[in-house]
Amino acid sequence: MIEPVAVNWAAMEPVLPELLLIGVGVLLIGLDLFLPRQRQLLPWLTVVGCLAALAMVLGSRPVSAFGGMFFTDGYATVFKAICLGGAILTALMSESYRTVAGMRQGEHYSLMLFSLVGMLIMASAGDLITLYLGLELMALPIYAMVGLHKTDRRTSEAAAKYFLLGGFASALLLFGMSLVYGLTGTTDIARIGELIDTLHLATNPALLAALALLIAGFGFKVAMAPFHLWTADVYEGAPTIVTSFMSVAAKAAGFAVFGRVLLQGLPQLYDHWGPVLAVLAVLTMAVGNITALCQKSLKRMLAYSAIAHAGYALLGLLAGSAEGMAATMTYLFIYLFMNTGAFAVLMLLTRADGGGEGLDDCRGLATRSPMVAALMLVYLFSLTGIPPTAGFVGKFFLLKAAFTAGYTTTVVLAVIFSAISAYFYLRVVRYMYMSEPQQADAGPLCCSPGMLAALTLCLLGVVGLGLFPGPLLGWTTWILQG
Amino acid sequence: MSIPLLSTLIFFPVLGGLSLLAVDRQQTGTIRLMALFIALIEFALSLPVLLFFDKTTHLMQFVEHHRWIPALNINYSLGVDGISVLFLLLTTLIILLSILVSWEAIKDKVPEFFVSLLLLEGAMIGVFCATDFFLFYIFWEAMLIPMFLIIGVWGGPNRIYATLKFFLYTLIGSLLMLVGIILLYLNGGHTFDILRLAGQSYPLKLQLILFWAFFAAFAVKVPMWPVHTWLPDAHTEAPAAGSVILAGVLIKMGAYGFLRFSMPILPQATQAMMVPMLVLSVIAIVYGAIVCLVQTDLKRLVAYSSVSHMGFVTLGLFALNQRGLEGGILQMINHGVVTGALFLAIGMVYERTHTREIVHYGGLATTMPVFAGFFLLFTLAAVGLPGTNGFIGEFLILLGGFERLPWTAVVAASGLILGAWYMLWLYQRIFFNGVNERVQGLAELNLREILTLTPMVLLIFWIGLYPNAMLSFLHVSVAHLVEQVHGGGLGPMVGSVLQP
Repeated sequence: MIEPVAVNWAAMEPVLPELLLIGVGVLLIGLDLFLPRQRQLLPWLTVVGCLAALAMVLGSRPVSAFGGMFFTDGYATVFKAICLGGAILTALMSESYRTVAGMRQGEHYSLMLFSLVGMLIMASAGDLITLYLGLELMALPIYAMVGLHKTDRRTSEAAAKYFLLGGFASALLLFGMSLVYGLTGTTDIARIGELIDTLHLATNPALLAALALLIAGFGFKVAMAPFHLWTADVYEGAPTIVTSFMSVAAKAAGFAVFGRVLLQGLPQLYDHWGPVLAVLAVLTMAVGNITALCQKSLKRMLAYSAIAHAGYALLGLLAGSAEGMAATMTYLFIYLFMNTGAFAVLMLLTRADGGGEGLDDCRGLATRSPMVAALMLVYLFSLTGIPPTAGFVGKFFLLKAAFTAGYTTTVVLAVIFSAISAYFYLRVVRYMYMSEPQQADAGPLCCSPGMLAALTLCLLGVVGLGLFPGPLLGWTTWILQG
Repeated sequence: MSIPLLSTLIFFPVLGGLSLLAVDRQQTGTIRLMALFIALIEFALSLPVLLFFDKTTHLMQFVEHHRWIPALNINYSLGVDGISVLFLLLTTLIILLSILVSWEAIKDKVPEFFVSLLLLEGAMIGVFCATDFFLFYIFWEAMLIPMFLIIGVWGGPNRIYATLKFFLYTLIGSLLMLVGIILLYLNGGHTFDILRLAGQSYPLKLQLILFWAFFAAFAVKVPMWPVHTWLPDAHTEAPAAGSVILAGVLIKMGAYGFLRFSMPILPQATQAMMVPMLVLSVIAIVYGAIVCLVQTDLKRLVAYSSVSHMGFVTLGLFALNQRGLEGGILQMINHGVVTGALFLAIGMVYERTHTREIVHYGGLATTMPVFAGFFLLFTLAAVGLPGTNGFIGEFLILLGGFERLPWTAVVAASGLILGAWYMLWLYQRIFFNGVNERVQGLAELNLREILTLTPMVLLIFWIGLYPNAMLSFLHVSVAHLVEQVHGGGLGPMVGSVLQP
């Protein structure tokens, strides 16, 4: 006789946002299947679901649930807010992109929500098992999302590439985790940190090998050089809407686990991973910024720019301090708005035949659609890091944190690469404002209400956080320093 | 003061500029009028700052202080002292005149142009008012965006090259300064407050590193030789309004940066680097003047004359004595007025002929006599004829330089002779000789253009005949600065020769 499984609903409280999103995801599949005429509701339902989850996350009490496997601390809250923000903006933008690209509707939204649940679990993971669970839950739906546009060869190639390399990275990560488990006998991240001290493992070569494997695995997720090789192809091949989601939310989730494992699990190895990350950060900035210089496609340029920004964000992590991690979190928050904004404009430029993603398509945008061009101008200057936009303050906090930790050379190099990046961001501005439209008949771009909302939110984020970064930085600093 | 006057000065043009975006794009007339109206109000708002300014103290006035980013101890703090107060008026005046000179010259993307001008105005005022280093940096860099657009969108044929060069030069300099700012913050008790940073002492080695980090940003902006090469391109390709703002205000900010940051915060490094700075200044004076002699492009010639004149400014500043500093600051204003006026005038004639080649001119005095009169006045002021403002500034600078290192003044004086040579020769080639067919039948200045140039004429004579009107603002603050640099009166403390 089978006993009914008793679910302790009270213990489920910390994972309510995740449960809610799973529910919404399932609901969306059903809606898509049985009420195909109501498909225009899908993005809005997604937005409402994410907003509700966001409210729950922000209102949650900091607890440690399921025997320390799942935390709802401030650290998790910030990263969850970034991922949810990314999902909300993506859903808002999807509405118009759908009509252009003619992709499948219901799957896109539900896959996005399932992937989002994975990200939230990653942000909350207090244990290597939960971490890996979240990571795979995030990655699998994204593999499918990348290839959703299945008649397009580029996306199929991107999906296959991402899947294979992603699987490889996961294997590296698992190998690293198994070594850590073998040495310490636990998968609890905080406990690992304690045991390294008591068992005097800090100089153990096997642990160092594990560290290298973990860095490689996480490096893959956040698009850190030299594990970035998939990024440009996948970002370019994937539907722009998916690229935008991946480059912000998936990257933030990657940084969440990266930071949690290194700062909480392996702080004793800081002397090893700090300098390594410094070198890799510089490499990432170099690869991203220099390769972006010679791109002809705006989408591919933004893909390399996403790599470069992973390099900047690493500056805070490699400082190994509460201040540094706060800077990284603040930067990812800001990056959410500026990067999504730039991708939103790219989506507006995309034509029904799939063209419109080249740099040349920006020519004369200021004449065609002055307001869209002005918005893009703000996002691009923010990505460059020119005040008074948020991109500058974000970068400033990162530089200061790395400087305080003593990485002077890294900071100077970061500054130089930042100046180099101005060239390719400004090239877009130049094409928009200082050239004539390529086709004389190119009319103004039309914005759907959802797209308009997304563009406005991004503008508010970029300008608002640029002028008033105090509360955000105060929040992240307070979370990490208590 | 209960009214936040400085904040109003910063944000009124910004908000006013953004409000232009709400107007229908086709209504260019309305947009121009609104922009002019905003600039006029802004100019009027800047007058009380001068009227209520207390000349007897070196302390910051009209102070505003708000917490901004508490986690890093960054504050929104503003204030003006004798060194900065004059630049507020200069900025509001120059923007007002720039709007007037762009009235008919700008036909494409009209709303964006005036929005850029007004946003730039807010940022420039912010640079002169900020007393928090971080806030200063925000305004300093924010100026880049509108200026990049002004040169790149509405400039001449080679505008894209010029604007990218301008942007990248300035950005690299500024970013190196940013690293310096962080270094200073970490060593200066975790504060960005300029006054508190200046109140501490730092090891000489650190001071020298910081001095060169700041030098990267300020010297590019001045521009000092050998990092001046962006200026001729930017000046030449910019639209008239852009050139006027560049010459009038923007390049003053480099010199202002030395005055506000390098000198009071890094006194020992400033003293140690005095001679190299004087040498660079003298090279700029002579080099700029010689290069002027071979220019065939009208705007390019005036641009190189700016390099030469800014050499005088830095010579005065780095003489590090009361006369030199006062002369340098006054010459910053003078150069803004005179070169600004020259670019305004060139813009007016360019609008008629659409050529900048000097050989395409000749005999303009016959076709446009009123214009010739104005231009003659500006030429003489640029040369430094006694009775005009140029004379006072250069005289004080030479006195200060002579007091410090006599040979610098001797070499610099040769720059004056060269200056007279290239300016008067330019005047001859453009206004006398036979009437060139390209300038035949040109229309004389209209009322708007005459009104645009008149304030500059008044300023030239006002400062030239009664320099104390400006110098009286400077005395106390400059004396305090000299004291800071020389560590409490170790150096020569001389009162101004022109003090009543």
